[in-house]
Amino acid sequence: MEAAAFYGFSVLSIAAAFFILFSRNLIYAAFALFLTFLGVAALYVLAGADFLGVAQIMIYVGGILVLLIFGIMLTHKPDKRDNATAHNKIEIPTKREIWGFLLGAGFFVFLGRIIFLSDFKMAGNSINSKSTIKTIGVELMTSHLLPFEIAGILLLVALVGAAYLALNRNPAS
Amino acid sequence: MNMIPIQHYLLVGAALFSIGLAIAVTKRHFIGILLGIELMLNAVNINLVAFSRHDPEKLSGQLFSLFVIVVAAAEVTVALGIILRVYGRFRTVDPDEVSELKK
Repeated sequence: MEAAAFYGFSVLSIAAAFFILFSRNLIYAAFALFLTFLGVAALYVLAGADFLGVAQIMIYVGGILVLLIFGIMLTHKPDKRDNATAHNKIEIPTKREIWGFLLGAGFFVFLGRIIFLSDFKMAGNSINSKSTIKTIGVELMTSHLLPFEIAGILLLVALVGAAYLALNRNPAS
Repeated sequence: MNMIPIQHYLLVGAALFSIGLAIAVTKRHFIGILLGIELMLNAVNINLVAFSRHDPEKLSGQLFSLFVIVVAAAEVTVALGIILRVYGRFRTVDPDEVSELKK
């Protein structure tokens, strides 16, 4: 049962990722990314990280993906031909497709070789089925307090910086 | 409880990372490149969470991936601000056409 769910969600996320790779329409690619994020969230839950799965859905799907779709729409060039299939097209030259394929496949073969050659000795006992929220909260407030504060400051700086960058669009006028 | 070997998690992460790398290389659109980068960050998070299964007392891997998610959110907002700025100046979203420094 658990294995079936794992392989099903793995195939879902990898198939959606391949759809992003081969899709010529960026809006479709963004919606396929939604499926990939959902599959990855399910993999988190299957690995015992329930809080992280929920956080993944809330942050990525609710925040980042909406932001990306806004970005696609704001940088959309209006097409006067009024052809519904011609919007958000991106043409890819064949040379770059070959390079991308070679790079991706080569890197996958490299990583797969490393994974198969290494044999991991797992020391600790495996995670049990209780919730991880308490542990994450306690760790975040005790031993990881400084990274937590730095993350807060980073978010503030990113907010201010993004608002400043996205403001007065045309500095010439 | 968990019978799935860790190598399968790592393989899924490696596949997603490679596909994200190929997307970031091939797409001729700034936001397409961002999609690839988000996919690569997610693939890395899968590895961290998979190793964190064997660390139930401290959950260092899950905390690390939580910070990775935070940094990814900050990164994508700033990147979108820069993309909108570049689009306002050059009227294009193709990274090949933004080559003013090469001239």
